[in-house]
Amino acid sequence: MAKYLLLKHYRGAPAAVNDVPMDQWTPEEISAHVQYMQDFAARLEGTGEYVDGQALSQEGTFVRYDGEGRPPITDGPFAETKDLIAGWMVIDVDTYERALELAGELSAAPGAGGKPIHEWLELRPFYAAPPTITE
Amino acid sequence: MVDESLLRTLTPTVIGILGRRGADFAAAEDALQDALVEAVRVWPDDPPRDPKGWLVTVAWRKFLDAARADTSRRHREVRVEVEPLPGPSEVADDTLRLYFLCAHPSLTPASAVALTLRAVGGLTTRQIAQAYLVPEATMAQRISRAKRTVSGVRFNQPGDVATVLRVLYLVFNEGYSGDVDLAGEAIRLTRQLAAKTNHEEVAGLLALMLLHHARHPARTGPDGNLVPLAEQDRSLWNTRMIAEGVGVLQAALARDRLGEFQAQAAIAALHADAPTAEETDWVQIVEWYDELVRLTDSPVARLNRAVAVGEADGPRAGLSALAELDPALPRHTAVAAYLHERDGDPATAARLYAEAARSAPSLPEHVHLTRQAARLNAQLRG
Repeated sequence: MAKYLLLKHYRGAPAAVNDVPMDQWTPEEISAHVQYMQDFAARLEGTGEYVDGQALSQEGTFVRYDGEGRPPITDGPFAETKDLIAGWMVIDVDTYERALELAGELSAAPGAGGKPIHEWLELRPFYAAPPTITE
Repeated sequence: MVDESLLRTLTPTVIGILGRRGADFAAAEDALQDALVEAVRVWPDDPPRDPKGWLVTVAWRKFLDAARADTSRRHREVRVEVEPLPGPSEVADDTLRLYFLCAHPSLTPASAVALTLRAVGGLTTRQIAQAYLVPEATMAQRISRAKRTVSGVRFNQPGDVATVLRVLYLVFNEGYSGDVDLAGEAIRLTRQLAAKTNHEEVAGLLALMLLHHARHPARTGPDGNLVPLAEQDRSLWNTRMIAEGVGVLQAALARDRLGEFQAQAAIAALHADAPTAEETDWVQIVEWYDELVRLTDSPVARLNRAVAVGEADGPRAGLSALAELDPALPRHTAVAAYLHERDGDPATAARLYAEAARSAPSLPEHVHLTRQAARLNAQLRG
């Protein structure tokens, strides 16, 4: 088994085929989209492949250390940040091919006009545990 | 305190007894899990004189309750009300049959691993979920799907021992180091299997596990970093476990039916036999890799053989053995980096170590390879 992160970007990924911003959809289209995501997660739980899924708010803050005894410095949010993560799903599957298949299905979530969004999802493998037998 | 190891040892026996009384595997396994939960609750205040008898009685009651509930739901007959007596023809071992069922070829490796740990190992779903870092609900689904998959398999059908060994190997080799000691559990299950079968490859796998587990205390440094074999403090190796592994291996090899696990164990035994890394008998190790390649034709065995050739006949020989292999093989670049450094080419080695680090399959390996690249780069800067 191997764990993979399916990463969804607000910005930074190549443009989707059905690239209409969500605030231009009808309320029914939004409901259908949310329902699809929930059904997808529930189905993966049923197959024993679901690990985690979260969505992130768009507004974030950059934080960094500013030296001993000083409060951390904050900056942002930056409206022009190139890459913006929207959320993720973590799956635990038998093969890379299965991970590709599931990412493809998730990318087909319905958007404007009830048509699949065809959005680009980033697929990233997790580090596994190191094997004991190496020679 | 409930003796958890006793409960786990009894698990497959009790499932087997319920099976012989007419319960199908999935129902027997569920009933036993319910009985285990009750044992953990009741035993601390009221320990049974006969733990196995207690478990059988309670699990059987749970099974009948479930079957009755099921019947009243579906309004049909229960056919298992009358206990069929186990006949004298019941020769095959119940526990052994469970091993085969849980490793059935119709299961995916991950499902077979989970089902084996639960039905043969007696671990709870929560423990298995923690060991593989997935939510308990996900693991519960994986197990119940696995049980559905094998529900059509006859409980007493014999199987191929090789499928069972592959599952036990995975349990040993591919777990996370959480609260559940998967390596120890794999050894326990393999030891139990070895006691019930007379198969040289079962013994070979048990020896392989013991010989590798013996090095466990030396595999990680105080800072949590991976310590490669050549740099391990060999005084930390568990000599008792090594002696047991060597004994099990010798008895298996004496039967003159070599298999891949015996060959791998023989390689591990040669490492265990060397008081220092420099005294390793690499020539004999290469011969065992030749056997292993002949037996498995595995690209991983060929890659490890190239490392051994590099030690036995020098890095040039290792590099030319490596040149015959697919560069896309996992850890190919790391091996190339190592051999180039040994060949006195730190610049190439540093570049390859950094490249290998980028595609490392685990974080400890990523850190280790990055550290190697950094060490060489510092050296090159003078």
